[in-house]
Amino acid sequence: MSSRIAQIRLVSSHPEVYEPCDDSFALVDALLADRTNLLQHQPTLCLELGCGSGYVITSLALIVGQAAHYIATDINPHAVKVTRETLEAHGVHAELINTNITSGLEKRLKGLVDVIVVNPPYVPTPEDEVGREGIASAWAGGENGRTVIDRILPVSDNLLSKKGWLYMVTLTENNPLQICLQMREKGYASRILVQRLTEEENLQIIKFWRDSDSQVAEKENKTVPAKVMESFLSQFHIFPFLRGSNNDSS
Amino acid sequence: MRLLTHNMLSSNIKGVTNGFPLRIEIEKVVEKPVDFNPEFLRNMFPKIEWKALVNAARSMGYVELPEEVEPSTLYSEDFLHKFHHALLELHLEEGALVCPETGRRFPVSKGIPNMLLHEDEV
Ligand SMILES: C[S@@+](CC[C@H](N)C(=O)[O-])C[C@H]1O[C@@H](n2cnc3c(N)ncnc32)[C@H](O)[C@@H]1O
Repeated sequence: MSSRIAQIRLVSSHPEVYEPCDDSFALVDALLADRTNLLQHQPTLCLELGCGSGYVITSLALIVGQAAHYIATDINPHAVKVTRETLEAHGVHAELINTNITSGLEKRLKGLVDVIVVNPPYVPTPEDEVGREGIASAWAGGENGRTVIDRILPVSDNLLSKKGWLYMVTLTENNPLQICLQMREKGYASRILVQRLTEEENLQIIKFWRDSDSQVAEKENKTVPAKVMESFLSQFHIFPFLRGSNNDSS
Repeated sequence: MRLLTHNMLSSNIKGVTNGFPLRIEIEKVVEKPVDFNPEFLRNMFPKIEWKALVNAARSMGYVELPEEVEPSTLYSEDFLHKFHHALLELHLEEGALVCPETGRRFPVSKGIPNMLLHEDEV
C-alpha cells in the first residue's frame, strides 16, 4: 500500500494562511510513524482542528485512505478555501467548516470522532493577540502558548469516540508534561511520538488515547498504577527540557 | 458541503435550544461521485439523525430515501446506494444554513459553511 503524503508543490497558499512548517512536518511524520496502527484502527470519522494550508488533513487522508470521512475546521476563512484547493490537487476529500474550533459541531459529533489531529497556535504571546484576524491567529497562543490548547483539550475529550485518538503538537514552553497529566485525569494515556529540535523550537507530537487503567483509577479515585506512571514519566526524564522549566541548569 | 456535514451541524448561537436541523437554503447543488463503500455506510448509519437526512435530501430534490429504516434494510444494496448518494454525493455548493429557532443565516460559499458568530451571539 502507498504511504503518500501531501506534496509541497501541490499545497495551495495565501498570504494570510500558515504555510507548512517544521511543526506541520513533524505532525505528519508522527502520523506516518503511527501508520500501521492508524490502518488497524479503521477510523470512520477523522477531524482536524485548524487546518491552515490543508497539508496535514490531506496527508492524513492519503495515509488512512478514503474509507474514512474527514472534516477540517479553521477560524480563518482563507485557510478553509486554501485547504479545499490543496485537497483537490491531491484528489482527496474532506468536509470544511469555517468555525471557532468545533463550534456548531459539538452537539452532534459528541463521542463520534475516531481520530483528531491538531497543530494549534502554541507560541507564547500576549493574551490579546489570540484569535485576532489574519495570520497572527495561526501561532498566537497567549500565556505559555496554552490559551487555545486549553480550549481544545476538553473539546477533544467530548468529541472522541471510545476508541478515539488525539494527535497534538506542543512546544516545550506549553509544559507538555502538565498537559499529559491533566489528560490522564480525564482517563487518557499519552506518548510522545516525535520529538524535534529545530533552530527555534523544541517540538513534541503527543498521541493521547483512552486508557482503561487510568480511567478505572480515576473512577475509583485511586492513583494510577505505579508501573504505568513510571513508564509514562520516563520519556520526560529522557528529555529533561520537556518538563518545561526554564531554570533547568542541566 | 455534503449532507453528512449538514447532519452534524447545529446552530451554535448563545441561548438557542433547538438548533437542529438547520434549514437548507439552496442557490447551487452539485453532485460528485464517490466510491461506494457499504462498510462505511453501515458504520455511519447509527450516527445519523435519519429524519433530518431524509428532509435535507428532499429539500435538495432527492426523494428516494425511505422514512423508516429496519435493521435488515441496512443489507439491501438498493437502499445503501440511495443512502450513499444522499449522504456523500449531493453537495450544497452555494446557499445557506438557517437556524430553525432564530432564522440566522450561516452562508455556504464554495461548499464551505461559515459558522463564525458575531460578538453578541457568543
Ligand atoms: C500552527 S497553524 C497549523 C496549520 C496547519 N494545520 C499546519 O499544520 O500546517 C494553526 C491553525 O489554527 C487555526 N486556528 C487558530 N485558532 C483557531 C480557532 N480558535 N479555531 C479554529 N482554528 C484556529 C489558524 O488559523 C491556523 O490555520
